[in-house]
Amino acid sequence: MSSSVVNQDTRKAGRILYVASVALLCAWVLVPIYLLLVNTLSSPEAVSSFPKSLLPEFNTESLEFFAGFSGMLNALANSVYVAAITMVLSILIGAPAGYALSRFDFRGKELFRMLILLTRAFPLPLLALPLAVMFIRVGLDDSILGLALVHTTLAIPFAVLITFSLFSGIPVELEEASWTLGCTRLSGFRHVVFPLILPGITASAIFAFVISWNEVFAAAVLTIENRTLTAFLLQNLDTSPLHLKFAGGFILVVPALIFIFAVRKYLFAMWGIANR
Amino acid sequence: MAEIQIKNVAKKWASYQALNDINLTIRDREFMVLLGASGCGKTTLLRIIAGLETASSGEVWIGGKRIDHLPPKDRGIAMVFQNYAVFPHMTVFENIGFGLRMQKQPEAVVQERVKRTASLMHIEQLLGRYSGELSGGQRQRVAVARALAMEPDVILMDEPLSNLDALLRLEMRAELKGVLAESQTTAIYVTHDQVEAMSLADRISVMNRGEIVQAASPIEVYRNPAAEFVAGFIGNPPMNFLNAKRSANGWNVAGEEFAGPAAQSEEIRFAIRPEDLSVATSGLPARVRLVEPLGAHLQVTCEVDGEMFRVLLDSDLQIKAGDTLCLAPQADRIRWFDKTTTKAL
Repeated sequence: MSSSVVNQDTRKAGRILYVASVALLCAWVLVPIYLLLVNTLSSPEAVSSFPKSLLPEFNTESLEFFAGFSGMLNALANSVYVAAITMVLSILIGAPAGYALSRFDFRGKELFRMLILLTRAFPLPLLALPLAVMFIRVGLDDSILGLALVHTTLAIPFAVLITFSLFSGIPVELEEASWTLGCTRLSGFRHVVFPLILPGITASAIFAFVISWNEVFAAAVLTIENRTLTAFLLQNLDTSPLHLKFAGGFILVVPALIFIFAVRKYLFAMWGIANR
Repeated sequence: MAEIQIKNVAKKWASYQALNDINLTIRDREFMVLLGASGCGKTTLLRIIAGLETASSGEVWIGGKRIDHLPPKDRGIAMVFQNYAVFPHMTVFENIGFGLRMQKQPEAVVQERVKRTASLMHIEQLLGRYSGELSGGQRQRVAVARALAMEPDVILMDEPLSNLDALLRLEMRAELKGVLAESQTTAIYVTHDQVEAMSLADRISVMNRGEIVQAASPIEVYRNPAAEFVAGFIGNPPMNFLNAKRSANGWNVAGEEFAGPAAQSEEIRFAIRPEDLSVATSGLPARVRLVEPLGAHLQVTCEVDGEMFRVLLDSDLQIKAGDTLCLAPQADRIRWFDKTTTKAL
């Protein structure tokens, strides 16, 4: 009798601990974002005053300022261009690699997978300066394409690993069945594999988009005139009043959040968790 | 006409010989079963015929045309996979019609053939469903219908029933046999289940370690195994073996004299099926170890001449462990095998 009471107590305590941990982790992420939102939608006076209100005033003054800020729209467009090119390139290069990893056995396959991950081990600051020098020589400096190339190298490891996991989730027999039913390797891919993998590919493309969208270091070093939004805001917010810093942060965070939310279930695929 | 000829086919992976000089002719409209334990190369051979695997050497001919250099789609084959491989993003109708659509058949032909094969496999009410909404048995029906809709010269099946539960397997087996006999295609069927092989096949090719040990009709394989491996593989329980020593006027098996073959060697192997023995006043002396009543028979495990020996006896007999019996083999059912080559004598 008493043992079952103890059991119940431990279970209850465990449950409380679990809920508390979840709440803490959520708060860790959500509270700063919420404060960002509140301060973005507050008047400049309210941002600097104390104590703070936890409810937004729905004052769009800061956001309106950004909309009219010269160079802002240009930077936004640059960000979209760079991210779009990154998205296309990383899928075009990453998906075939993912397919090869999942379908073919070749010497050094495991090593190759490791190396893909290791590309993320190099700190970007270390690479950025030599890259800048090289880009100037080649004539790619301060260009959208040049920056997109750098972002593509950042996004490719994820594209490869996500698509590898997606392709591995499609039984090879489905492809083989298509070959015996009159398909070539290419048309079998188009009629059978591609429709099945399309949602996952979209997700991994959006993830590449977000990586590029969020990247600031390479963007700040490699561009001068054609700044992306992150680099542009970094440059300008440094010397801006507090309420504009909040608004700028908000403009950066929201699109990334929306994108990540849209593709959340596919990101699990990257870690090898089934996504059914 | 779709006679299949396999000539000197071998398959070697890095250090592993999967298939060793396979020669086999499968007649037009024949139902050939490749039977063997897992790893014997039966699936590899099927995949080489399908074109999903490339042979290291040798030739494959279908209907008088050499096809081993052609991609799967140009070989006139259709295949049914063990895990069905029904396309999950298409309806049953589109699955069955997939091959016809790839051939760019006119819509009327697709409609007509899909409906005909679907009704043949009794799945016409499922045509609008997706694979996720089907049971295992229904998926297997779709997979077979999809292969039949192609009207192939040859239909290849890789353990198509092994993922089904026992009762369904029995039902599908009977149905498959009927459907394939009607369709008049040549069929190659891979299985490790000897009962399945016996019940379906016109001929069985028993495979072991990348070689075809015997290719013959089910009854022939059962009655006259070409090698000790076949005798020990087919039958449940399989054949019993005893050592036979040359004696003055024949062969001495466990103290009994038998008139055997005229072999050169001093020692050969005596073999007999469990059901071909009866209790008698004289015969092989056996000590009973275990008695298992199976309803129709008693399966009695004994020890004869120090070897394990199984017999199926009438279930009315009163036998218990520890008894000593005399087992008289039915003379025309005794088989002899060479000790070194393990081939039948």
